[in-house]
Amino acid sequence: MNRQELNSPPQSHAAKTLLRFITCGSVDDGKSSLIGRLLYETHAIFDDQLQALASESKRLGTRGSDLDFALLVDGLAAEREQGITIDVAYRYFETARRKFIVADTPGHEQYTRNMVTGASTADVAILLIDARKGLLEQTKRHSYIASLLGIRHVVLAVNKMDLVGFDERIFRDIENAFRQFSREMAFTQVIAIPVCAVDGDNVSSRSPRLNWYQGEPLLDYLESVTVDRGELDAPFRFPVQWVNRPHADFRGYSGQIASGVIRPGDKIRVLPSGRQTSVESIVTYEGALPEAIAGQSVTLTVADEVDISRGDVLTLSDQAVECGAQFEATLVWMHQQPLLQGRQYFLKIGTRTALCTVAPVKYRVNIHTMEHVSAERLEMNDIGVCELQLDQSVPFEPYTVSRILGGFILIDRLTNDTVGAGMLHFALRRSQNVHWQALAVDRALRSAQKQQRSCVLWLTGLSGAGKSTIADILDQKLLQLGHHSYVLDGDNVRHGLNKDLGFTAQDRVENIRRVAEVSKLMVHAGLITLVSFISPFRSEREMARSLFDPGEFIEVFVDTTLAVAEQRDVKGLYKKARAGKLKNFTGIDSPYEAPQAPEIYIDTAVLSAMQAADLILSHLRAAGFLVGPTP
Amino acid sequence: MSNALTHLQRLEAESLHIFREVLAECEKPVMLYSIGKDSAVMLHLALKAFYPAPLPFPLLHIDTGWKFREMYQFRDSIAKKYGLELLVYQNAEGLAQGVNPFTHGSQVHTDIMKTQALKQALDLYRFDTAFGGARRDEEKSRAKERVFSFRSSSHRWDPKLQRPELWSLYNTRKHKGESIRVFPLSNWTELDVWRYIEQEAIPIVPLYFSALRPVVEHNGMLIMVDDERMPLGIDETPQLKSVRFRTLGCYPLTAAMLSQASTLPEIIAEMSQSKSSERQGRLIDHDAMASMEQKKQQGYF
Repeated sequence: MNRQELNSPPQSHAAKTLLRFITCGSVDDGKSSLIGRLLYETHAIFDDQLQALASESKRLGTRGSDLDFALLVDGLAAEREQGITIDVAYRYFETARRKFIVADTPGHEQYTRNMVTGASTADVAILLIDARKGLLEQTKRHSYIASLLGIRHVVLAVNKMDLVGFDERIFRDIENAFRQFSREMAFTQVIAIPVCAVDGDNVSSRSPRLNWYQGEPLLDYLESVTVDRGELDAPFRFPVQWVNRPHADFRGYSGQIASGVIRPGDKIRVLPSGRQTSVESIVTYEGALPEAIAGQSVTLTVADEVDISRGDVLTLSDQAVECGAQFEATLVWMHQQPLLQGRQYFLKIGTRTALCTVAPVKYRVNIHTMEHVSAERLEMNDIGVCELQLDQSVPFEPYTVSRILGGFILIDRLTNDTVGAGMLHFALRRSQNVHWQALAVDRALRSAQKQQRSCVLWLTGLSGAGKSTIADILDQKLLQLGHHSYVLDGDNVRHGLNKDLGFTAQDRVENIRRVAEVSKLMVHAGLITLVSFISPFRSEREMARSLFDPGEFIEVFVDTTLAVAEQRDVKGLYKKARAGKLKNFTGIDSPYEAPQAPEIYIDTAVLSAMQAADLILSHLRAAGFLVGPTP
Repeated sequence: MSNALTHLQRLEAESLHIFREVLAECEKPVMLYSIGKDSAVMLHLALKAFYPAPLPFPLLHIDTGWKFREMYQFRDSIAKKYGLELLVYQNAEGLAQGVNPFTHGSQVHTDIMKTQALKQALDLYRFDTAFGGARRDEEKSRAKERVFSFRSSSHRWDPKLQRPELWSLYNTRKHKGESIRVFPLSNWTELDVWRYIEQEAIPIVPLYFSALRPVVEHNGMLIMVDDERMPLGIDETPQLKSVRFRTLGCYPLTAAMLSQASTLPEIIAEMSQSKSSERQGRLIDHDAMASMEQKKQQGYF
């Protein structure tokens, strides 16, 4: 193709299709040069930008007086200084037949996170290889991530052919090695192209310097590759995004069709409720449509008054999706704070958000060797296979079937950061065989018998703050008043139920999870449950709170300064920790995250243990937990 | 089986998805309306996203006081035509100080009358989410911008603290005081915008079409003399030339281009052959190499 043909007459624009691809390579493979070259060859770079490039090339470039195309695509000032790109950037260009969106991802330590992000929306991956270096571990890593994220078409661009004398044998060796290796990947098409990105050989036109190569140049391939994901032929899937209800006479369900086709009159099912109705009309600004297809954002109205909300998935009646609350999934960790088993995160999938606990991590994948390594947590840029436990049943499809109904992100509940991304494999059947057993004697009956309303008092604070002393006094007072209470003490529980747990962050999370579940059983048994645990992490206390109805989880912050607690040092633990004989000790080398809004605040500098117990007691009375006759 | 969607249909569907996601998850959205072609497209997409409901949020125009007269007329006519709630905000302090692009220069004027004004307006109305018409193809530092761009409670943009965006999943959670700028046109290019305006017959300010207009040449740029506030040198006389504008901003800061293109097909044809970038006509971008990034960190959208 010559450069003139790339500029098409305007009337053909309407029929253009869109191709999204990702370029992968490390700092020196010439990735930025290749993208810069593609932009240049397709006239996506204007004269004023070229002018700026020329002056920047002289000042910052690595190519002498030649244009350094890599500078075209290095955006932010901080990156300029380091000479590397540090985030996913998106570039745009077009030819007569297609518009292209390029996800440009850098190749250094944050690579996994960035490449996963870029690959999540890509149809094709271009893997850059330096002809002098051949197939490296990183190429395998890129292939693994591309395959994992569902990319099925791969271009192996063997770059810097000029530096190996345009030698065909070197190219073929690399190609063969890659074909051999990539058999294990889920690619449907692999093509290899020898290129010299800085000079443009085989980028938009075939290179005379590489005349032994008979295949297409890169741009021709990108223009013609068919990347049908089968979304049009797949069953109809419609995650409800927003309920459009401008007035009493109209109720529509807006969303983007994930797959399939829908027409008025089609019988549909609402998941997870399973209710059925039929489509009345497909409403758009331009008027009602006779049909709508995968990818379109539309609004549907239905024939019957059924309950449909955001997060539900509409399907055809006889082609419903599965629902599940427990899954196996691949998880990519994207945050400095590691993934902790047992901690609760928000999980967003499609248009639905659920609470999710990861337990357990089955294994981590060594992305250099693809080996499975046993692991208890995932660090930034780790990829692992985990089991997920959700707080509700969600409609889903395996990621290999649907990116939209099988891809999810995890959000930290406190920082609101996106900390992980994942791909569902399948639902675990476990949950379907364990049903909640309804029992005749319920919590209300048990509580009434004890003349109280059951609740949990969660005492948190540093070691030595006086939690157990206060709990003990309170327990005695409640007994004297004729109530039924029980103290779950941190040390005591670690003698039995939790004796397999240590004091790492991971184990502390599990420690609290178990105690929270036990206290929930006790509250069901009608008891006023006193929990006396350091419970240093806010997330876990919030997790514990979420197990209970509003009002029945009472957080009591027993506040002492570290200096005072350390001075008391009843158990001699601070001394040991300071001497380095006790690792992960709260307040010394493990953090304590103080409650921000506890129901009860106890300042031990002001109140004695007895006064503190009385304060809690008066709270219980005022809040109506002690319904019996008071002496 | 129907054919696959065209690239404009895919861009449109993605933008509608973004609008609806904000409405479903954010508390108090607003659309930043700058009267230009990108705002016109954004408004059109929003009307589509929520149809048959009326636009469920107001439009906010940060008025520097120096827009083209035709822009103000157009703004008011559009608000009336679609029955929109239009909020116009001016930095009263800057206005009282008489800040203007001639005596204070483009940078100070833009900072006080645009960036600071925007921050003041968002604080005043307590909007937690603001739609903007910026596109990633506009400028290099925008290429890495997220669709959902997070701002601290002091409206600062930290490029290192932006969240990864995978698939079409957007994390809209934020702390009290923080806000989000949302860019539904992130993946659109300038040419896409023009084609879509043509395809959908979207009304735009007539200044985009070529006509005879009074201009003077300043530092190689053609500046339109839109009102009597424009200081002219003794030897400067406005000349009538056939010009149009590729982008619209404050009239003293927006260069016109010589052109005969007076219809959309002509503009698109001219665009396809264009040798210079869209932002070349914006004086504010020429100040420093990384000026856009700096402006963004300070709160410019």
